[in-house]
Amino acid sequence: MNLILFIFIVLLGFTSYYFGRKKAYTIQSTKKRLTALPQFYGYYLAIWCAIPAFIIFSLWAIFEPTIVKLLILSDYSNQGYLDDELNLIYEKTKALSRGQFTGEITPFIDASAEKYLSLRSIAQSSKVVIVLSAIIASVAYAYKRISSNSRTREPVEKFLNAVLFTASLAAILTTVGIVFSLIFQTIDFFKVIPLFDFVFGTHWYPAKAFVRDSSEALDPTMYSDTFGAVPIFAGTFFIAFIAMCVAIPIGLMSGIYLAEYASAKVRQYAKPLIEILAGIPTVVYGFFAALTVGPFLKELGTSMGLEVSAESALAAGGVMGIMIIPFISSLSDDVITSVPQSLRDGSYAMGATKSETIKRVIFPAALPGIVGSILLGVSRAIGETMIVVMASGLAANLTLNPLESTSTITAQIVVILIGDQAFGDPKTQAAFALGMSLFLVTLCLNIVALRVVKKYREKYE
Amino acid sequence: MNKNKEQLLNKRYKAEQRFRLYGQSAIFMALLFLTIFIFKIFSTGYSAFQKTWLIVPVTFDPELMMLEQNPSKEDIQDADYYDIALKSMADLDLNANEDQENELKRMVSYFFEKEIKNELLNDPNLIGKTKEVYLTASDDLDQVFKGNYPRDLPEDQRRVSDYQLKIFDQLVVNGKVESKFNISFFTNADSREAELAGIASSFMGSIFSILVCLMIAFPVAVLAAIYLEEFAPKNRFTDFIEVNINNLAAVPSIVFGLLGLGVLLAIFQLPRSTPLVGGITLSLMTLPTIIIAARASLKAVPPSIREAALAMGASRMQTTMHHTVPLSMPGTLSGTIIGLAQALGETAPLILIGMVAFVNTIPGSPMDPAASLPVQIYIWAESAERGFVEKVSACIMVLLGFLITMNLFAQIIRHKFEKKMELK
Repeated sequence: MNLILFIFIVLLGFTSYYFGRKKAYTIQSTKKRLTALPQFYGYYLAIWCAIPAFIIFSLWAIFEPTIVKLLILSDYSNQGYLDDELNLIYEKTKALSRGQFTGEITPFIDASAEKYLSLRSIAQSSKVVIVLSAIIASVAYAYKRISSNSRTREPVEKFLNAVLFTASLAAILTTVGIVFSLIFQTIDFFKVIPLFDFVFGTHWYPAKAFVRDSSEALDPTMYSDTFGAVPIFAGTFFIAFIAMCVAIPIGLMSGIYLAEYASAKVRQYAKPLIEILAGIPTVVYGFFAALTVGPFLKELGTSMGLEVSAESALAAGGVMGIMIIPFISSLSDDVITSVPQSLRDGSYAMGATKSETIKRVIFPAALPGIVGSILLGVSRAIGETMIVVMASGLAANLTLNPLESTSTITAQIVVILIGDQAFGDPKTQAAFALGMSLFLVTLCLNIVALRVVKKYREKYE
Repeated sequence: MNKNKEQLLNKRYKAEQRFRLYGQSAIFMALLFLTIFIFKIFSTGYSAFQKTWLIVPVTFDPELMMLEQNPSKEDIQDADYYDIALKSMADLDLNANEDQENELKRMVSYFFEKEIKNELLNDPNLIGKTKEVYLTASDDLDQVFKGNYPRDLPEDQRRVSDYQLKIFDQLVVNGKVESKFNISFFTNADSREAELAGIASSFMGSIFSILVCLMIAFPVAVLAAIYLEEFAPKNRFTDFIEVNINNLAAVPSIVFGLLGLGVLLAIFQLPRSTPLVGGITLSLMTLPTIIIAARASLKAVPPSIREAALAMGASRMQTTMHHTVPLSMPGTLSGTIIGLAQALGETAPLILIGMVAFVNTIPGSPMDPAASLPVQIYIWAESAERGFVEKVSACIMVLLGFLITMNLFAQIIRHKFEKKMELK
């Protein structure tokens, strides 16, 4: 129904465009000078058709469900139901009217469902009437304006400019959305669990919160010593550290080699090949780490008489390092190539060898950019999810032994939120609190890294 | 003195060589990882494209099927196939006791009854006759036949018994085991039984998510890029938008999953586990990538084009819409494809919005619950059954195939674009 209405309005838009342009031609035939190209007359009319339709559609989408709900529940208002019960009644009514209700049908709910359906159909038909009459009115107004040959290009371009501006707000809206979705749950979480316990506690057993019977009242003392995030943070940074131990030497050296030594031909083939590593989905790395690297390290360890967990931090971190190699190599490659040739020439003129030039002149000059690229790599390692979920452990051990299993922020978020979640449960909220800390940490790293890289670029431009 | 100098020089040259070697070995290591990686995936995955069938004679006994004389199509549809299916398997070994008959039954897939039924539906004249029917082998025997199953394990650690292996080997000797191209891997939805599991449902889920993502992210990102590159005044607010975009491009994907969960599911009450929500979440993630690519390609359009259009009396909007944007489109498109390829490989945010649910139907619209290819990889990788290992690798091969195609496509478009710009 909505789709048909939508298509009809789109058709109306095209018709108004056609009539607008035609009107422009008739004005032209009376030897009057047009104020804009004829198609602008058409666009003008089409925009006046689209705006009221858009406004009314949005208003309906926002208010219709609320008003219908109010009207339905007004029947129950003086029977002393609680808010939750009223919500339940409303959900049942909706389900029944869609024919998906499976429980026992009481006459009350049956009547409500009837009422619901009739209200919906009234809302629907009134929407059609209002939308169409609004469109007719506004198009008529616009038609009168173009008949008097008033300006059309400027308003049309202003409108387009407004649309472009709105689109550019999407990035801000997304950031706001992220903060918004995290902050309320996080605040609720810290109402139950003191911030101090979260940041400095060393025991993380969110499973303990499972056991709670939902009918029981929340008892904060129950959760003491359950949500101490230190092992999680330690595990996250530990695995990121292992990853960087693999990624920095290999990535940096291959970046330097590609920028300074490699012939054009080697560069042409090696660079895209290494960048394939960046294009492989992380879940594939996770599978590789869990199925190949983990068992391999375990066997290797056993043959050397070491106790290695099949889900060791080393396996996850190592594979994560492989994933980060191309980021570091291509970023440092860019940074090194942007160091001015004059620095190199100066160094060679003093008799330095190539490697000495790189180590003593180019590397220090490129250092800020390289640090920036490493920070971006760290931020990626901290936020990486699938490798850790699949290849590292899920129990949060506080350990610095790379052969044992540890857990990370991202892995814990997935473990907690996989399957059904109950909002309002401290366990779910804990995931959001972890998400908030992850967001903040990576945000700081990104801002610092991006600023360093930008400063560096400006220096040599 | 002279000798000392020469030694020092030699030392320096050696250091030079060593440094060069470090660089070469770093590249070699990176490429080695890539090779091991691809080799491992292909060597475990290629066998999933073959499927093992047992050829078993089935007697369509109308009495056992509870069929009357001259049955109609509906009768055949409703007939009881369990008994003849069981009997045909039990007849593989006429001396089998009851336990062994049970083991025989487990040599074929869980839905072997249905395969027998389809055989009869295709040819109703078979009633009362015996025909050799192709039945899907159980995933364990499938693995045995492909040589992926260690037969020398002690019996109690194996999922196939000695007895099953004995009968299976007899069948192999008699030529009653055949391996064919595994069509059902592409046409079946997910299943708990490895031999029947396919990627059709997750494939459709991926396609729907990517379409939703494209429909939202592409227009918004292109419009935003046009504004920022062509119209935006240089002020603090525009700088703020830029910082935002650059930061969003580096926010971990799982945070977008939390956004989808906390806003799209909890507040807007969109249906869980659907490609619609998945697509919206992915589109927010892809947005910065496309904006950055679109801005770069707008910037690459030579200013002479704009100046020429403005000199001819076009307004700024006309110049942008008629000249700059069309010229920048190839670069924007290639950036979009790369962004979509990233979105196609994304797993974590989809897990959070519930696209990990077990879906054994093929979704018909973005509003139906579905998984996606990377999530399917995750689900299968977490299952214990040996049969799923090769499926995971095969699914990875399909996914990588798509990603490589998309990236190649993006590169071809970009190449054409760069050539065009050089001419100008």
